[in-house]
Amino acid sequence: MFTLAVLYPLTYVVSSSFSSGSAIRSGSVKLFPVGANADAYRTVWHSHELVTSFLNSVFYAVAGAVIGTALTVLAAYPLSRSDLPLRRTLTFFFLIPTLFSAGIIPTYLIIRDLGLLDTRWAIILPGAMTIFNLVVTRAYYQISVPKELLEAAKIDGANDFRSFFLIALPLSKPIIAVNLLFYAVAQWNSWFPAFLYLSNEHLYPLQLVLRQTLVQSSINPSQIQGGDVAELLRNRELFDKLKYALIVVSMLPPLIAYPFVQKHFIKGALIGSLK
Amino acid sequence: MALEQLSAVQRADTAPPDKPGPPGPRKRRRGRRFRRSWQLYVLLIPPAIYAILFLYAPLYGLQIAFKNFSVAQGINGSPWAGLTYVRQFLNSYEFWTVVKNTLWLNAYQLIALFPLPIILAIMLNTVRSRRYSRGVQMITYAPHFISTVVVVGLVVMLASPDGGIINQAISAFGGNKQDFLSETWFRHTYVWSGAWQTLGFSAIIYLAALAGVDPQLHEAATVDGASMVKRIWHIDLPGIRPVMITIMILNMGSMLTVGFEKVLLLQNPLNLSVSEVIDTYSYRVAFVSSLPQYSYAAAIALFQSVMGLVLLVLANFLARRVAKESLF
Repeated sequence: MFTLAVLYPLTYVVSSSFSSGSAIRSGSVKLFPVGANADAYRTVWHSHELVTSFLNSVFYAVAGAVIGTALTVLAAYPLSRSDLPLRRTLTFFFLIPTLFSAGIIPTYLIIRDLGLLDTRWAIILPGAMTIFNLVVTRAYYQISVPKELLEAAKIDGANDFRSFFLIALPLSKPIIAVNLLFYAVAQWNSWFPAFLYLSNEHLYPLQLVLRQTLVQSSINPSQIQGGDVAELLRNRELFDKLKYALIVVSMLPPLIAYPFVQKHFIKGALIGSLK
Repeated sequence: MALEQLSAVQRADTAPPDKPGPPGPRKRRRGRRFRRSWQLYVLLIPPAIYAILFLYAPLYGLQIAFKNFSVAQGINGSPWAGLTYVRQFLNSYEFWTVVKNTLWLNAYQLIALFPLPIILAIMLNTVRSRRYSRGVQMITYAPHFISTVVVVGLVVMLASPDGGIINQAISAFGGNKQDFLSETWFRHTYVWSGAWQTLGFSAIIYLAALAGVDPQLHEAATVDGASMVKRIWHIDLPGIRPVMITIMILNMGSMLTVGFEKVLLLQNPLNLSVSEVIDTYSYRVAFVSSLPQYSYAAAIALFQSVMGLVLLVLANFLARRVAKESLF
């Protein structure tokens, strides 16, 4: 039952994106496309703004995933070492902001004072590291990098840098994959930071454009080329399915990436539940 | 305060328990330990810089809740205003509306969405065919990867009164078309679209806990003639109780903060009377109104953070009392 409830809207969206606009309007699209064509996708492909925002989103997702994962791993490994002096204090240093958050306004002011407003960094940096991922990764290191191994390495003359890069990192490939996926998907799906920090439309990620199109149901005429009335009429017809096509385009990358990391992913989520 | 106590505990931890010794050598030993692990601290530098810049600096900036913040004077230069803005919020006309809306929306969500993943997990766990249950899992996770914008877009489109497929179905069965974003429906729409999105993913944790239940218990119970329902009730549910309580505490603690972006997306002028929550109100005061009142908005957010912390501590306390389980 529930599976159907999940599947049906998704199928409906995919079908609609391939149907003709009038069929969507009249409600004759139920499960399969009516009047199948790929006009909507062609429009997406030719729209300069949509392609730019798609590429922006890809950039944000990749950069966010790499920076976020690097920060997480760098913090998680030392904090997982039981021989680190002041370990508890340092752990709490990272945990306190999750218990008590400052809210949007002070964060906005800090971003502004740092001069990051209206730059790509404003999207990537502020939420770069998630403390939840840090806790999960730390737990992973505690479980899967045995203390004995590190001690043996130390006796063999390896310093902390060497044991981090040559022992801990290779052993933690699964959790690194999970982190990359978590951060990439989070960046891909986020719109609010962009909404708040960006005014330059060339930097907009896809989700923000989606928000304008889907939720506010308005479309910027420059997104679709052409200005005369006949063209506009055709555009209205196109607009309906364009919305569905946009949804499909925005859903695809995470759904494609997901099966590749699924195994690790479930493992990662489970470690999280072990705390 | 808490930090000082913690480091005191830490100091007690690091000192070797069997050699009390005078303070001098102990200090030196600690110094040596620091010097020996300097490389670990080097690794910690980038994340620490991140935390200071993007997590602690905003906390420091929160002081504008007690100041008359002006853009020209900056965070440090603005004059103090004491509790003016906190008081302004507590006395404001909107105070009870937004607090009530926040609590209603989140309490509804908490109660409606808490049992569902447990039921799904138990059902998946009792299904014999592994392939079937894997397939169902795969599909039910999928919405977790769909962004809030898209989910809200779907809701708006599929449930729209003019031509949305849900309303078409309703009128086909002879019902009246409904505006699902109206005052009457807003809360239901919000909560059940959330169910659609999170259910499969929340079930993972329970599935893991169920996998940890000893299968011998089930075998023994089957031999003794227990029905499937009885086995679920007496074996599975007690087995996942700790996980259930942990999740419950976490949900209660984040009760005031979740869903800001989604509420903002679903909000429209017609449902404002039920959809205006503390977060969106604070956001509106700071960024939408023609005269941005940063200090007032920060005071509102501060109120919410304090309430959230109180709720978390309270939930943890209750859990410890009632169920002898707690998070910290």
